[in-house]
Amino acid sequence: MTATVNTPAARGGRVFGVLGKKAVVPWLFLAPGLLLALVFKFWPMAKGIWLSFFDVRPFLGDQWIGLDNYTRVLTDHRFQDAIGHTLVLGIGQSLGAILLGFVLALLLEGQARSLKIIRTAVFLPAVTATAVVGELWRLMYYPTSDGLLNSGLHLLGLGPVQFLDNPGIALYSTMAMGIWIWAPYNMVILLAGLAGVDRSLYEAAAMDGVSLWQRLRHVTLPAIRPALMIVLTLATIRGLRVFTEVYVLTGGGPAGSTDVWMTRAYTLGFSRNDIGGASAASVVLLCVTLLLTVTVNYLRKRGETR
Amino acid sequence: MSAPVIDPVRPTAPDTPAGRGTKAQRTTPARFDTALGWNDKPSLAWALRILLCLIALAVFAAPFLTIFSGAFTPNPSGSSLSFLPHDSTLLNFEVAGERGIWDYLGNSLVIAGGGLLLQLVVCTLAAYALARHRFRGQALIMMLFMMTLMLPEEVIAIPLSLVLGDVPVVHLDLKGTVWGVILPLGAWGFSVMMLTEFMRDIPDEIEEAARLDGVGELRMLWQVVLPLCKPALGVAGVLGFIMIWDQYLLPLIAAKDPTDYTVTVALSILRTDPEVGSGVVLAGAVIALIPSLIVYLLLQRSLVSGIAAGATKG
Repeated sequence: MTATVNTPAARGGRVFGVLGKKAVVPWLFLAPGLLLALVFKFWPMAKGIWLSFFDVRPFLGDQWIGLDNYTRVLTDHRFQDAIGHTLVLGIGQSLGAILLGFVLALLLEGQARSLKIIRTAVFLPAVTATAVVGELWRLMYYPTSDGLLNSGLHLLGLGPVQFLDNPGIALYSTMAMGIWIWAPYNMVILLAGLAGVDRSLYEAAAMDGVSLWQRLRHVTLPAIRPALMIVLTLATIRGLRVFTEVYVLTGGGPAGSTDVWMTRAYTLGFSRNDIGGASAASVVLLCVTLLLTVTVNYLRKRGETR
Repeated sequence: MSAPVIDPVRPTAPDTPAGRGTKAQRTTPARFDTALGWNDKPSLAWALRILLCLIALAVFAAPFLTIFSGAFTPNPSGSSLSFLPHDSTLLNFEVAGERGIWDYLGNSLVIAGGGLLLQLVVCTLAAYALARHRFRGQALIMMLFMMTLMLPEEVIAIPLSLVLGDVPVVHLDLKGTVWGVILPLGAWGFSVMMLTEFMRDIPDEIEEAARLDGVGELRMLWQVVLPLCKPALGVAGVLGFIMIWDQYLLPLIAAKDPTDYTVTVALSILRTDPEVGSGVVLAGAVIALIPSLIVYLLLQRSLVSGIAAGATKG
């Protein structure tokens, strides 16, 4: 075919043609996306950063107060508690979901049709809207002894647990729901990683007579390291900005024991109308998210080239 | 490699998650197929695996049965909640209907339909420019779209709600309209990146042959590139739908009054209504669950391979 003969020349021609007279074409295609991202993502981000330096007073005019919002938010003990809760929830939920996702992936790896059906069913929590999951878990956590989980505990001779009403337990109840939502999601990514492991390594390991544990430790885990890093990155970012799970399950209660950074910022902004303080809280979260993403990406790149 | 390398010329190729069924797998004995070396012969390990699979099903899938059974049970509470309804009734759905659940569902469907359409169009156009053209600032634009992923609604919620009330330059108030939810969902970095990756794999020869025939840019996208991208569009569609259906904070801040809520947000209104029992809330949950369930079951194959591909490529 002529096309194959012409390829290098044609490709070169395309590049220079585009740079020349057709330079405007890609921008026409990009315009809708860039416009929407600009108006509904970057402009609000800029506005949030701007407002975080002001005492926002509707009808009275905003007043520049420098870093006061930041010091106020960062020294507020409810925000300090929220940092702790965000960290506990984020780390616990992420690690739990990765571990459970890995176990699920090991369990459900394979090509049998029955395994595919089980995988489809197990993945349900990940495709269900978080608000629906929240209602489901409220029922499972029903605090009397005839609630779903409590009746199970009753069989074991354990008293009814106030999963969501006990300030000492509520955060862990929320964590359990988060693990339940995200473990199947991690499972799918880790399954993709497992499918890419070189089978001949397993064979070689079997010939060397290593144990199952050693095989997992020295063959499987190093091979799925990239997939694990992806899962970890996604989970960390998700953990920081956790909002809906907490908001629909506990609303931050009881007594603020499940308040995370975002529910706190939401309360400040929408219930107390403290736009400046809420903006400052959002900017802090934004900075931490960006910092974390960049760091993890850097570590990932370094790990890959090593 | 681990990612299912989807061949754009033969869109039927990706049929299983994660590129299973490579040559090495088919020729090696079953015992080396999986990391744990599972096999199908009846044995202790085999029985253990079945048991563990049942536990996994009970933990992750069975709770959904309680939603359905509760929704069809009159006045379910505590002990009457089980995996099967006692004496089924549609009463809960009637009460939920009186509380406007169908209007909320209508809001949700308009937002999901419109939002998804806009998202697919916007992201496809952007991906086409990024994948099939070379221009100054390309890397920067790619980074901007990636940054939209780092700016989720939660992080910019407070200023976004101000912007929705008064859009810069045009000074429109989008609050209380579906546009307030649909427009912020338009540019989704994930779809842009996934579609870009996919469109890059289309051989230049195909494009050049079409150009020799005098095909313009829009026809090139519509008649040459898009038909080859069907699998990727399917993935972007399912993931986009599930992402939009899962929105909670955005419909909450874009609403002017509770009648503007989507069905997922409205669940909390049902719950806080003292005259409404948990059966009605569950009826609402069923109504909110069914659309995403249908989409998932119809397209779960491309969804699962898409998550895997997106994750391993991104």
